[in-house]
Amino acid sequence: MNIKHFHKAASLDDAYERVNKSRHHAIIAGGAWMKFSSRELEEVIDLSDLGLDAIEETKNEVIIGSMTTLHAIETSEILQALFNGILPEAAAQIVGVGLRNVLTIGGSIIGKYGFSDLLGPLLCMDAQLNFHQAGKMSLEAFLDAKSSINDVLVSVHIPKQNGKGYFKKVRKTALDFAVLNIAITKTTDQFKIALGSRPARAILAMDAMAVLNGYESLDNKQIENAAKIAADATTFGDNHRASKAYRKELAYVYVRRGLFMLNKEAS
Amino acid sequence: MNVTFTLNGRLRNVNIEPGDYLVDTLRQLGLRSVRRGCDSSSCGVCTILVDNKPVPSCTTLTARMDNKTVTTVEGIPKEASLLADEFGKQGADQCGFCNPGIALSAYALKLNHPNADETMIRHFMVGHLCRCTGYVSQTTALKAYLEGKR
Ligand SMILES: Cc1cc2nc3c(=O)[nH]c(=O)nc-3n(C[C@H](O)[C@H](O)[C@H](O)COP(=O)(O)OP(=O)(O)OC[C@H]3O[C@@H](n4cnc5c(N)ncnc54)[C@H](O)[C@@H]3O)c2cc1C
Ligand code: FES
Ligand code: FES
Repeated sequence: MNIKHFHKAASLDDAYERVNKSRHHAIIAGGAWMKFSSRELEEVIDLSDLGLDAIEETKNEVIIGSMTTLHAIETSEILQALFNGILPEAAAQIVGVGLRNVLTIGGSIIGKYGFSDLLGPLLCMDAQLNFHQAGKMSLEAFLDAKSSINDVLVSVHIPKQNGKGYFKKVRKTALDFAVLNIAITKTTDQFKIALGSRPARAILAMDAMAVLNGYESLDNKQIENAAKIAADATTFGDNHRASKAYRKELAYVYVRRGLFMLNKEAS
Repeated sequence: MNVTFTLNGRLRNVNIEPGDYLVDTLRQLGLRSVRRGCDSSSCGVCTILVDNKPVPSCTTLTARMDNKTVTTVEGIPKEASLLADEFGKQGADQCGFCNPGIALSAYALKLNHPNADETMIRHFMVGHLCRCTGYVSQTTALKAYLEGKR
């Protein structure tokens, strides 16, 4: 990344205006992933002074500012209380504390990275995104959108729901990207299952979710069946970390394991 | 552009390029404990403290340091000496290349979690790679440092 000008945004309006002025202007969050980019940037727009780094709760939701670091997420008691703390658990497994003091939730979402460990838990918790101009949209809709969005992500909103969660990052070494990551949540009678680092980005396993929803507790046959559907109906790929076949097998094993765990906790 | 920050207790005003990373600025200021390893946020060697939090200086733009407090090993001589003693006793270093980064994370751990147990120490030190020694002796040394034994 080559930067010609560094601008500290004075307000969200200022950031929005400047990022839309030129395609050579970009928001900078932690800047860790942008560092690897070969883009020539006329200007980077820093959001550090806009107070977007807080985790707050209202009666109905938890609001995470887009500049909140992954270390703040990892150590947040508010987030620990949501679905067994699957978001802090996922954050805590990304490299080390030093880097997590830099990485942000905003950069993790906007990048739509295939390897992301946060997208699965956020999808399973029905996260909504709040953009400065575009307003609110679901994370799912944002991830599905083909076109890029030249807006400023202000915050991530997670509805407060009573429920349990499961997260697993399968990786070869402590600092590596996941070979596959699996997130599952259960509210009273609804299961959500997300598979990420397939190596493509996290998606919800809709077919498997459909056969589980409406049930408060499951028998072994239902769990086996849902895990099989999740593995069969999801697209996996090969890369240097693992083969498509291995990822599919992992998906089956860990979805089954996660469902058993959540089912047991519920009963 | 000009940036003003407190470096090891002293107010500094530096003239930098907008894309300069802290690892380079600090070395240009003569702080040779700050080292570049992987240059991609993965080894922990370049760790320094910003407002008492460990961060990789290879990934931190100097332009963001306005009004911040930056600490390198040169700024914590007493703590560095305590750590060096414990590392020496345990044979926890060889070439020493990784030590300044580890020392700063250890100091941040002491500031923020003085009662950290072994699990916490290990969790906090993930991301600090040492290619010579091994992590068991380092963890033992860090435990002793936190317990304040000399
Ligand atoms: C060495 C290394 C290892 C990693 N390992 C993992 C891993 O194992 N698992 C994992 O999940 N992640 C991993 N990551 C990715 C990391 O968690 C972040 O997702 C990534 O670095 C982006 O976050 P950032 O704060 O650095 O964003 P930046 O690099 O600053 O920004 C990323 C993109 O988002 C845009 N952007 C950022 N914030 C906003 C905003 N508020 N509004 C609009 N646009 C915005 C930027 O313009 C840029 O295009 C790793 C990163 C590194 C550097
Ligand atoms: S040189 Fe910065 S983390 Fe390796
Ligand atoms: S002592 Fe040589 S890298 Fe750690």
